[in-house]
Amino acid sequence: MSEILRVSVWRGEEAGGFQEFEVPRLESQTVLDVVTYIQRSLDSTLSYRYACRVGMCGSCAMTVNGKARWTCRTHVAKVADHGRVEIAPLTNLPVIKDLVTDMSEFFDKWSKARGRFQGTQTRADDFVRVSPESPKRKQVDEAIECIGCGVCYSSCDVVSWNPDYLGPAALNRAWTLFNDVRDVDQKARLTAVAGDAGCHACHTHMNCTERCPKQLSPTAGIAGLKRAILAAALKGEL
Amino acid sequence: MKNDFRARNHPAYWAFVVHRASGLLLTLFLPAHFWALGQAMGGEVQFDSFLRWTQEPFVKVAETGLVLMLAAHMAGGMRLLMLEFMAWRDWQKSLLAVAAGASLAAGLVFLLNVV
Repeated sequence: MSEILRVSVWRGEEAGGFQEFEVPRLESQTVLDVVTYIQRSLDSTLSYRYACRVGMCGSCAMTVNGKARWTCRTHVAKVADHGRVEIAPLTNLPVIKDLVTDMSEFFDKWSKARGRFQGTQTRADDFVRVSPESPKRKQVDEAIECIGCGVCYSSCDVVSWNPDYLGPAALNRAWTLFNDVRDVDQKARLTAVAGDAGCHACHTHMNCTERCPKQLSPTAGIAGLKRAILAAALKGEL
Repeated sequence: MKNDFRARNHPAYWAFVVHRASGLLLTLFLPAHFWALGQAMGGEVQFDSFLRWTQEPFVKVAETGLVLMLAAHMAGGMRLLMLEFMAWRDWQKSLLAVAAGASLAAGLVFLLNVV
């Protein structure tokens, strides 16, 4: 392990450029540790975003050596290339400054995909009992752990080609709600994700599945939505 | 900002590239295929002369490439259909390996039979 890590960090907005820093190499150092060292010890004007530091909040995702990653749980030893690391903001999102992107459109698309639970129960009602062993609940379990980090959205080629495309995270959210037996908004949800910018636009490159730090497979959810829409259309429900 | 090649360098993306490229090349080959069939319209002598030309080694090598592309496009298409219509999740990379293996095997069988 070399003593010094050479780090290229994106500075400015879309039309910015990389700035070089030298950071002392440490045992078990994460990419977020590196960025934090630069901000605290070398250049306090560096902007970046993080919160929990333990892979729960989804706020520290950046592009590391060309691939979108959660930086708090990415060890430098895993990604350093000959003692060098390149750190840039997430792609496919507008850059606000340095490593910070504007994630508004990413979350707006969750709303467009009807990513909000719509039930009929009130607090006066008893709990709905959903068996953990039921097929639908198992489908939910496989997709529910999304932390909204934006890594899949940033990695998706279809988002690059069609800025209106809802993206893997929003469609994955729609898929989990589609499998929620308590939800009563299914027709509107399937209609919302069936358009040109919905699940049928997916080219199955599987960049999202490849990069998801939680090892989820939005591709599987998107394929599930395609099947659900086909079934609904054949029944004349859509 | 946009992604570069580093973000795309993984097996499923390569499968997409192979599927797209083979599809385009096969589309370009189709007119040549119809032209070759059309040689039969010019009579037996002309068609036999054309068929003799197809026995040349370099034509056979090109044909092997064609078989490889056809096999890759078909296996890739089957993989996509299975991925989209069957409830499989974690088999996706294995499916990809099977599709690639089957395509190479088809190309090899053709090559070994003809050379």
